[in-house]
Amino acid sequence: MENMVNIFLFGKKYEVPDDLTIMRAMEYAGYQLVRGCGCRNGFCGACATIYRIKGDRELKACLACQTKVENDMYIATLPFFPLAKQVYDINKVSTTETVMMQLYPEIYACVGCNACTKSCTQSLNVMQYIAYAQRGEFEKCAEESFDCVMCGVCSSRCPAGISHPQVAMLARRINGKYLAPDCGHLNDRVQEIKDGTFAELIEALMQKPVEEMKELYNHRDIEK
Amino acid sequence: MYPESVRASLAAVEAAREANIAYEPRRMTADEKSALLAAFHPDHRKDAFETLVIGPNKGELVPHELAEMLQAKSRITSDAVDLTKPDYDVDVLVIGGGGAGSSAAIEAHEAGANVMIVTKLRLGDANTMMAEGGIQAADKPNDSPAIHFLDAFGGGHFAAKRDLLSKLVCDAPEAIQWLSKLGVEFDKMPDGTMVTTHGGGTSRKRMHAARDYSGAEIMRTLRDEVLNREIPVVDFTAAIELILDENGKAAGAVLMNMETKDLYVARAKTVIIATGGAGRMHYQGFPTSNHYGATADGLVLGYRAGAKLLYADTLQYHPTGAAYPSQIFGALVTEKVRSLGAKLVNANGEVFMHPLETRDVSAASIIRECNERGNGVATTNGYGVWLDTPMIEKIGGEGTIEARIPAMMRMFGQYGIDIRKEPILVYPTLHYQNGGLDITPDGMTTEVENLFVAGEAVGGIHGRNRLMGNSLLDIIVFGRSAGQHAAAKSKDVTVGALTLAHIDAFDAARAEAGLENDAVSPKLLPNYTKERSEV
Repeated sequence: MENMVNIFLFGKKYEVPDDLTIMRAMEYAGYQLVRGCGCRNGFCGACATIYRIKGDRELKACLACQTKVENDMYIATLPFFPLAKQVYDINKVSTTETVMMQLYPEIYACVGCNACTKSCTQSLNVMQYIAYAQRGEFEKCAEESFDCVMCGVCSSRCPAGISHPQVAMLARRINGKYLAPDCGHLNDRVQEIKDGTFAELIEALMQKPVEEMKELYNHRDIEK
Repeated sequence: MYPESVRASLAAVEAAREANIAYEPRRMTADEKSALLAAFHPDHRKDAFETLVIGPNKGELVPHELAEMLQAKSRITSDAVDLTKPDYDVDVLVIGGGGAGSSAAIEAHEAGANVMIVTKLRLGDANTMMAEGGIQAADKPNDSPAIHFLDAFGGGHFAAKRDLLSKLVCDAPEAIQWLSKLGVEFDKMPDGTMVTTHGGGTSRKRMHAARDYSGAEIMRTLRDEVLNREIPVVDFTAAIELILDENGKAAGAVLMNMETKDLYVARAKTVIIATGGAGRMHYQGFPTSNHYGATADGLVLGYRAGAKLLYADTLQYHPTGAAYPSQIFGALVTEKVRSLGAKLVNANGEVFMHPLETRDVSAASIIRECNERGNGVATTNGYGVWLDTPMIEKIGGEGTIEARIPAMMRMFGQYGIDIRKEPILVYPTLHYQNGGLDITPDGMTTEVENLFVAGEAVGGIHGRNRLMGNSLLDIIVFGRSAGQHAAAKSKDVTVGALTLAHIDAFDAARAEAGLENDAVSPKLLPNYTKERSEV
């Protein structure tokens, strides 16, 4: 016999097996999900969820697909949060803190309450990456924010109205495009292909009978 | 924390670890692989397939679950909407908001077309987001597109359409460059050299990655770019039927709001199907690593409108789905774990195969180890074998796991398993649809003019098995290409009167073939309500 626990979905009580994730518990209770369900594996941020265990003061946040139910868990999903996403041309942005002052000036109104970090479903140091963004240290901001799934819980808790995931997104794109070292061998290879360096080799493979291709494949050398 | 029942086996794995790290298992011969696949790969289970009785691929075998959807009734009748009053009128309609759809939309927009994306969930809700391991491109000096071609062609059992595969490998370096210029953060050395590793079946280290968030990093960047370009995205809206014009050319789609069920007509000069895969069809009852929306919708839409499928009888079972704990049963454990040095170990602590065989061979080998040889570890959901992750820290040094596969560390960490110190249990999971709609190198279907396809909904690029890292590559290469070609083609198209007559024709074929079930398609979403688990 499996162990059952009581959970409260949007305040209504359901009895569910205790080894289910919140997402599966909702389905077990009968919800056919359209909102608040995406990759079901912790990568997409669709299933941001806020909960409180009865009697606890602390409000917790999690991804519903990654978190087991507990007894007396009061659950509210947050399938959408109105993040502010500013539109910009990646080919024309400044690569210094100027870009943040232009697009996301509210980050300079951060009051340092750390509610973002405390609520992060990925356990990221959100307030720290916002501090890096303020100073134009985009490489550090990118590094610190890399595992962000853009679920938006941090922003829902922010008294300054900051859209942290969008700030980090901008920082990562600037880092990836402008600050990370350029890749010489990649540029060389793209040029070689444009110059037709491999055209003959490929053409030969296009024509070879399958038996010959099998010979080639089964005897190719494999880099250690 | 592992239950008492597996502790003895766990101890055997730990005891043998040093010796197993040093041990270099040989790769299987071609004959050994053929015999293994025939006996143990799920694609070879005859009772899991049936013959299609109507449609362009009549007479061919596909999985039961797919046959049901391909031959089902439309969700609407041909008179359900007023086709003379389109709600949307665009040059290029992209169906699907994943990596392929987004790439296509960006390129169509770049080409000056009026393009719109329609997606049944959110923009970015796609298997792309969940791809962990990486993306292949032959851009190192010891590598070439020709070597990449041979690896992929052999790995796909010499069944790939060579013109598609040649495009895939030759456009690969430029795809990486395009992504880099959009700001995707690939793992690099301080001098800019790409950090690359092997994948199963590669003969050169050409797997580029962004830690183990490779697909997520690509997807969120593409999504940001779509939004920056202010390309219209109609989300939570599914395409449920293609619309043709009086000349039989693709000319739009009937759309359905997923929440209100309201119907809309979208007219377009060209249509791109970029609807992704089919893991949520749970073929043969397998769990899946796929996104919630992976239900083969595009195959169904295309098939009913007359487009042909290629290799729809072949699926990829990723060898390493999580087998424990049950909360993440079937979730993807990236191949990169093996690229970094972790080996597959049976219940007795024995390394039973080379860890970097191709996916189909690896999956079949694990199934054999658990079933025929009885060397699996019993779990709540069946059996599994060990993937000895602590080897990675011993080989690459402490901190390698956190730096290179943080998502894996987090996923298992949620359940009290520290993969730096303890191995994990894995079993094959339904991962990828090798087959799909048949296209020419410009991305258009062979049978329906102005209907383009990109991404996992395409069949033939990889043949009958796909190498790790060639799917993220194909969504970018063929997504971009479909966007460019669909935009160019749209300039010369004059759309005739719209029609849904193909629904009536399909119904007539159903009746003639004696198909009387009430199933409707596309499936759109799986139904897990009231169930104990996903399968």
